[in-house]
Amino acid sequence: MYDPQKIGLIAEYKEEWNNKFKNNVKQWSERKAEDDFITISDRKIKRLYTPEDINDLDYLRDIGFPGEYPFTRGVYPTMYRGRLWTMRQFSGFGTPEDTNRRYHYLIEHGQTGLSVAFHMPTLYGYDSDSPRAYGEVGKCGVAVDSLLDMEIIFDGIPLDKISTSMTINAPSIILLAMYIAVAEKQGVPQHKLSGTNQTDILKEYIAQKSWIYPPEPSMRIITDMFEYCSKFLPRWNPVSISGYHIREAGATAVQELAFTLADGLAYIDAGLEAGLNIDDFAPRLSFFFDSQIDFFEEIAKFRAARRIWAREMKKRGAKNPRSLLMRFHTQTAGVSLTYQQPLNNIIRTAFEALAAVLGGTQSLHTNSFDEAWALPSEEAVLVALRTQQIIAEETGVANTIDPLAGSYFVEALTNQMEKECYEYFEKIEALGGVIPAIKKNFFQREIAEAAYKHQRDIESGRKIIVGVNKYKIEEDELPAELLEVDEIAQNHQITRTKRLRKERDNKAVKKALDEIRRAAAGSDNIMYPILDAVRVYATLGEIIDAMKDVFGEYKEQPLF
Amino acid sequence: MSYERKIRILVAKPGLDGHDRGALVLCHAFRDAGMEVIYTGILQTPEQIVETALQEDVDVVALSLLNGAHMTLFPRVRQLLIERNAEDTIVCGGGIIPEHHKPELIRQGITGLYGPGTLLDVIINHVVERVKKERWKIA
Repeated sequence: MYDPQKIGLIAEYKEEWNNKFKNNVKQWSERKAEDDFITISDRKIKRLYTPEDINDLDYLRDIGFPGEYPFTRGVYPTMYRGRLWTMRQFSGFGTPEDTNRRYHYLIEHGQTGLSVAFHMPTLYGYDSDSPRAYGEVGKCGVAVDSLLDMEIIFDGIPLDKISTSMTINAPSIILLAMYIAVAEKQGVPQHKLSGTNQTDILKEYIAQKSWIYPPEPSMRIITDMFEYCSKFLPRWNPVSISGYHIREAGATAVQELAFTLADGLAYIDAGLEAGLNIDDFAPRLSFFFDSQIDFFEEIAKFRAARRIWAREMKKRGAKNPRSLLMRFHTQTAGVSLTYQQPLNNIIRTAFEALAAVLGGTQSLHTNSFDEAWALPSEEAVLVALRTQQIIAEETGVANTIDPLAGSYFVEALTNQMEKECYEYFEKIEALGGVIPAIKKNFFQREIAEAAYKHQRDIESGRKIIVGVNKYKIEEDELPAELLEVDEIAQNHQITRTKRLRKERDNKAVKKALDEIRRAAAGSDNIMYPILDAVRVYATLGEIIDAMKDVFGEYKEQPLF
Repeated sequence: MSYERKIRILVAKPGLDGHDRGALVLCHAFRDAGMEVIYTGILQTPEQIVETALQEDVDVVALSLLNGAHMTLFPRVRQLLIERNAEDTIVCGGGIIPEHHKPELIRQGITGLYGPGTLLDVIINHVVERVKKERWKIA
C-alpha cells in the first residue's frame, strides 16, 4: 500500500524510536512487562503500529469498497447510512403468554426484530410434561410443546411485518414448520416470512451441547431445510452459523472465527453433496458472532470474517454476488458479565456493542446487566435496548462506513486473524474435516484448554476483571429486581399440553408421525411430513421421538 | 492419617444444560489441586449422578447448573444419596443461583453455591474444608 522506499524509511525511524525504550529504561518504562500487553485471547499487542505492519496490504485486493468483494468494509454499499442494524433482543421465558407480553413490550419500545429464546426442554426435544423436563419448564426460555404454544407467542404480532430469529438447533426444522403454520393461520403466505433459525448443529457438538441426533442425520435434516427454504421461503435464513457459543465456551477470538467458518464451509459442502446448487442456498446462510470486551480484536475479527468467507465462497464456484456475503448477527458477551458490581455490566455491554457496530453487524443483541444473576428484568432489558439506540442515534459512529479501515493497528490485526484462521483450517483438514474433528474432541479440547488458561490468568492477575480480581467491594449490591419464573408457569404449561393430547385428532397425529419415520428412513425431504404433523398438533417431543426411532441419539465422549 | 487420602470428587452436570465451561474448568482445577476427578458429562439425571457417585466412591459431588433448575435438581441428588445410605457424601453446587435461593439449599446440606466470577481457589478451599470436617466427624 506504500512506496517501498518510504516503508524502508519508516522502518529505520521505528528501529531508532524503539531503541529509545531499550536505552532509557527508567524514563520510558512501561507499566507492565512487554509480554503482558495482551488481548483477552492472549494475542500480544505491540507498542505501536505503523505502515510497516500493513506493508503487504493491497487496498483494492484486500479491503475494497462496501458492498464489493472482498467485503472487508461491509456487505452493503450504504451500510448504516441506508438502514441501521436490526435491534433484536433475544428473549423468552415462562409460558407462551409471558413471552407474548414481553414481545409486545419490546416492540412498543422500538425493537425492530424478535428473537425467541426457548426453554431447555424444547432445545433438547422434550415436551413440558416429560419427566426429563421436571423443574426446567420456562426457566431459561419459553416453553413450546406444540403449535398451540407458538400461536400464543405470536398472538397480535403480524408475521409479514416483523422478522423473527429462533435460537433452536436440533429441533429447528420443527419450529420452522410451526412458524409457517402460525403464519398460515394469520393469513400470511410463507414466502413473505423473514427471519432466521439457528439450526447450527455443528457448534452444538463443539460448544453449546444441545444435540439430539448423531452428526450425519443432523446434517441431512439441515440440507432438507436448505432445499425447502430455497424453494418457498426466499427471505428466511435456514441456518445461523454460530461462533457465539464457541466463544462463550472459552474459545479465543481466532478459534471462534476459524471454527465458525469451518462449520460454515462444512454446511456448504453438505449442500453441494446433497445435489444443491451453491447459489440456490448460500445467499441465505447467515452468521452469528460474539462481541467480547477486547475492542479492537473483535472489530478485526468481524472484518476478517467477511473477507475470508467471500474468498472461500468464490473458490467454491459461487457466482451470485449474494452468495459471497457474510451477513451476521452479534450478541455481546454473556461471559463478560460479572456477578459482582452488576451495574458495571452496562458499561461492558456498551463497549462490546460498539465493537459490533464498528465491525459492521447486521443485527445486534445487547445483554442486560443482571444476567449473571437471573433472566433479565424489564428494567434491565430496556437499558440494554437503549444502549443500542444511543450508539445509533447519538454517538455519530453510524455516519460513515467502516471508520476504522486504514488504521495500521486494525488492518494489521485483521490480517493476522485471517492468517491464523487458515492455520486452523489446515489442522481441521488434517483431521479429516469438521465432523471427524468433532468426534476426536479436537474443538472441545482446544476450547476447554483456552478456557482454563484464561481462568488461570484471571487468578494470577495477568488479566484484570474490574470488581472480580481488582477494585473489589466486599459486600456487593444485588440488582434491585430479579425476574423469577415460578412453578405456576410450569403447572400451567403441563396442563395445557396434557389437555391438547386428549382433545386433538390422535389418529391424524399417529399417521403424521408414521410419515415422518418413513421420510427419515428414506430420502424424501422430511420438512413436508413435519409440516403436516405440526398442523394436526403433534407435539415437539413426539416428532423428535419419531425421528429418534430412525436416527438414534448422539453420545458425547466426555473430555475428562 | 485418613484425611490425607486424596479427595475423590465427581463433577456432575444435572438436567438439560449444555453449559459445561465452568464444569470443565473446575475439573482441571480440582485435578491440579491434587484431587481425583471424575466427570459425568452433560444431561445427567439425579439418579445417574448418584449411581456414579456410589460406584466411584467419591467424597464430594460437585453439581454445576446454569439453567435455573437448581431448586429441584440439587435437592434431588442430595435426597437420593441419603436414601442410599450415602449421607456422608458431600454435595456442593454452583451456577446461576439467586441469593434468596441459597438459604434453602444450604439448609438441605448443599453448600458452596458459587456464581460467575468466583476464583478457583475459593471453590477448592471450600471443598477441602468440607472434606476435612466430614472426615474429622467420622474419625
